Amino acid sequence: MDYLAEILILAFGAAIANNFVLVYFVGICPFIGVSRRVDMAFGMGMAVTFVISVAAALSWFFTYFFLQPDAPWATAIYNALGGEGGSDLSILYYIIYIFVIAASVQLVEMYVRKMFPPLYKSFGVFLPLITTNCAILFACLEIMKGIHGAADPWGLDKALTLAIFGGVGFTIAIVIMAGIREELDLCDVPKALKGAGITLLVAGILAMAFMGFAGVKKSLKAMTESEPAAAVKVQETPPADKTAPPAKPDSVVASISKECDA
Amino acid sequence: MPNDTGPTPMERFIQGILPENPVYRQLLGMCPVLAVTSKVSNAITMAAAVMFVLVCANILVSLIRNILQPHLRILVFTLTIATFVTIADKVLAAYLYPMSKQLGPYIPLIIVNCLIICRCEVCASKQGVVTATFDAVGQSLGFLLALVSMATVRELLAYGSWFDIELFWIAGTPQEAYRWGLMGMPPGAFFTLGVLLGVANWITTLGKKKDKASA
Repeated sequence: MDYLAEILILAFGAAIANNFVLVYFVGICPFIGVSRRVDMAFGMGMAVTFVISVAAALSWFFTYFFLQPDAPWATAIYNALGGEGGSDLSILYYIIYIFVIAASVQLVEMYVRKMFPPLYKSFGVFLPLITTNCAILFACLEIMKGIHGAADPWGLDKALTLAIFGGVGFTIAIVIMAGIREELDLCDVPKALKGAGITLLVAGILAMAFMGFAGVKKSLKAMTESEPAAAVKVQETPPADKTAPPAKPDSVVASISKECDA
Repeated sequence: MPNDTGPTPMERFIQGILPENPVYRQLLGMCPVLAVTSKVSNAITMAAAVMFVLVCANILVSLIRNILQPHLRILVFTLTIATFVTIADKVLAAYLYPMSKQLGPYIPLIIVNCLIICRCEVCASKQGVVTATFDAVGQSLGFLLALVSMATVRELLAYGSWFDIELFWIAGTPQEAYRWGLMGMPPGAFFTLGVLLGVANWITTLGKKKDKASA
């Protein structure tokens, strides 16, 4: 499979087919809590996308060079200190990720406050909440899965693709939800279902709609994987087809006549 | 003593189970509730992991509550939780490998489960060790109850079984008959939780009406 197709499929998968919120259920708390108005939902989505990219780049760096078994830089340090063989710091994964996420939230908050004050005003309130957003840790864990013990470890390109499009998928889901909830305010919802209950039911219908995209991803994958082979087949099959149809009736006739004989 | 204010340890224990159930009343820790409840066995493993982490983290945070710096407390909470989650993850991978494979990323995601951070913040960082322990056990029993109730509904509808035991009247039927596949998939999780939340709210309002009528 060529490089561009691989990246595109990863992006489509992260954003839509395997949507973080509606398929993996990460980031449910803001999905229910901050989806009352479209502009707030959009702000939250943008803030998450922003933080998720920074955290993913940092955690890819730490995982690739320090934490995975036989990581190059950690092994070099270990050997320089007199150790033998490769290093394995994989037990530190979760603690490092939490540090990385907390640090990148803090960094992003400081940077945005200094450089883009209007932007800070619009989504500054969401930034502290994001430290405990599952979606970001989930992206880090997926990157870990792509590096740890993989035959072909992910590069920074794939890690960033997953993170950015995961964030975009989160934004799509939360904005759609906010749009629906603005309309729901005008509806007569049963008292017991008001608030979270009806939101979850609507999310279920949304998840059903997003399940349809799983097929798109599968056929995209099949298309890119078998493209050269399919092209060859198309050229080869027509003559085969021409000979095949006449053969079939013959055999059917033959079998029918055999049955009649019997 | 700060312990004199607020409910006693036993009251906190009881409150965690039903009146302030973490999932149905406080809407905390929704991510595992939706993700791992397609089977009862998964749900119980998850609840056990959460209970271990919550109790340990609450005890530790309650022990160090006097030396906590206010602006660093969330970071300290998450790092404490991350340590215990690493332990739980390694233990599960060592002794229950298939289960740990099935639960996948949701075990490490306990770190950012709002339920645990919320209990550390609300209770453990202000109360003594005994109170914090009772609170943690009560809340995690409530969490277990919520997970098992969700998983029961979903597993019965999706696979026609409970705790991996097939219901007798559909044992031996073909895989497609009597099984509602959608309930085992993501949309089923949302529908089940939405309906159960509605039922929980309805029961609560019924109780309140009765109180008013009797008074």
